[in-house]
Amino acid sequence: MTIEQTQQQIIGEFSIFDDWMEKYNYLIEMGKDCPIIETQYKTNNYLINGCQSRVWLHASFDGNIVHFSADSDAVITKGIVNLLIRVFSGHSPEEILKSDTTFLDQIGLKEHLSPTRSNGLLSMVKQMKLYAQIFQLKANQQVNE
Amino acid sequence: MEKKLPFDIRAVRLQFPALDQLVYNKPFVYLDNAATTQKPRVVIDRVKAWYELENSNIHRGVHYLSQQGTIAFENARQTVANFINSKSSREIIFTKGTTDSMNLLASSLGKLLVKEGDSVLVTGMEHHSNFVPWQQLCVERKANFLVAGITENGEVDLDHYTELLEKKPKIVSIAHVSNVLGTINPIEEMIRLAHVYDIPVVIDGAQSICNQKIDVQALDCDFFAFSGHKMYAPMGVGVLFGKEKWLDAMPPYQFGGEMVNQVSIDETSFNVLPFKFEAGTPNVSAVLGLESAINFIETIGNVSIAAYKDQLIQYALQRLAEVKGIKFIGNPVHRASVISFLIDEIHPYDAGMIIDKLGIAIRTGHHCAQPIMERFGIPGTMRASFAMYNTFEEIDIFVAAVKKAAIMLS
Repeated sequence: MTIEQTQQQIIGEFSIFDDWMEKYNYLIEMGKDCPIIETQYKTNNYLINGCQSRVWLHASFDGNIVHFSADSDAVITKGIVNLLIRVFSGHSPEEILKSDTTFLDQIGLKEHLSPTRSNGLLSMVKQMKLYAQIFQLKANQQVNE
Repeated sequence: MEKKLPFDIRAVRLQFPALDQLVYNKPFVYLDNAATTQKPRVVIDRVKAWYELENSNIHRGVHYLSQQGTIAFENARQTVANFINSKSSREIIFTKGTTDSMNLLASSLGKLLVKEGDSVLVTGMEHHSNFVPWQQLCVERKANFLVAGITENGEVDLDHYTELLEKKPKIVSIAHVSNVLGTINPIEEMIRLAHVYDIPVVIDGAQSICNQKIDVQALDCDFFAFSGHKMYAPMGVGVLFGKEKWLDAMPPYQFGGEMVNQVSIDETSFNVLPFKFEAGTPNVSAVLGLESAINFIETIGNVSIAAYKDQLIQYALQRLAEVKGIKFIGNPVHRASVISFLIDEIHPYDAGMIIDKLGIAIRTGHHCAQPIMERFGIPGTMRASFAMYNTFEEIDIFVAAVKKAAIMLS
């Protein structure tokens, strides 16, 4: 499934909710079963400090595909972390770099990525893009060599 | 529940336009008063009137508006002096707020008193504004930064404080009321203990100024700082009270217009108090708004407001105790209108988001007091703080929201 397709799928899932409480309950459920980051990566090196809630992000690259895993100490934040991982993990750096997070606007969670929220999510997205950029650079270098 | 109220709360609420709105389609409940209070109509009107009819630069003009503005501004200074019972309006410096007042002190009083090897004493419950300026001063001067510990109940460990005083710090700077724990510190006693060694004492009054009647002469503090916006006045104005003998001895903090006497290419002499510390055009409208806020508070009565807020806080504590898994951070004997709490393992940010969606404004996080979080080993707290316009019904709505958040998140 492409990034775009996953985003459409998520928009579909959220369209059945009538109010914010159902939506938040869903996020909380997702937050509970987020692909937990391996303990070795849940350190300050991988910490994105968000002031209010903290997010840990790890990325690996097998030459074609980027894999992300992440965690947060706040469960609603973690639910959104889960959505971002679901959307961006398992894709090529090119695909990650050319896509965006507008799907969050469409499911009414845009506010969580606002710079004033200080929950670490905006920095997480920036960090994911940065990883993709670095991996892309790496891949291009290998081709040139 | 029937309660005897010291004033007409409904009439008071009508004075605050911001309270009358819907948030997420729900009646707005504002319980973030320790961060900033809402403004009564008289304050808003005062600011508006200044810009509509009176605006001009003060202290230097010979023209009519400038003179009227200067008179109004200096009258406001006298109102502030009376409000905290300082001896003279020369002891009242207008600043941008408590943070600005503290930076002024750390810079100017620090320059006067703190040298290499000296020390400065604060407590572990300070807001960053009364912590970082002193800490940085100590780093710069190679001085020792002493921090008095806090007890499990969230009170200053007075034995530790007394012990640290024996090191004869050059300055003691302490919060009157903790913005996180709600603790009212026994500053009368703490000031008296410091004065045994002739150490000047700075009081951070940001949270106490609208909690109780402040009398700087009775307290005998050397400095007292507070912000207008936490006492129903506009943002961008604060006050630094200082005993005249200290302010006279201190070097200027910022340089510019108004604070100078004579300037030549070779030298500059400085203006007298309080102008020596007020460089640049002041925030006149906010100062006049502060005066209106003081008049507003005094019309209702400081004592009545304090009595009512105490009823609110007791009721809130009693109702919150019903919430399963609740843990209060700080259980001080003397508490101002601030309550910090956690529920089981629930992250305060999660709970805060749900409570927000229910139309209620509380604060979550470390409240700019990370040393307290470190002391209690927590990432942050949920904090509810009350003002004269809050009601018992609002506390019921708030407690219901806390219960709902707890159910959703556990």
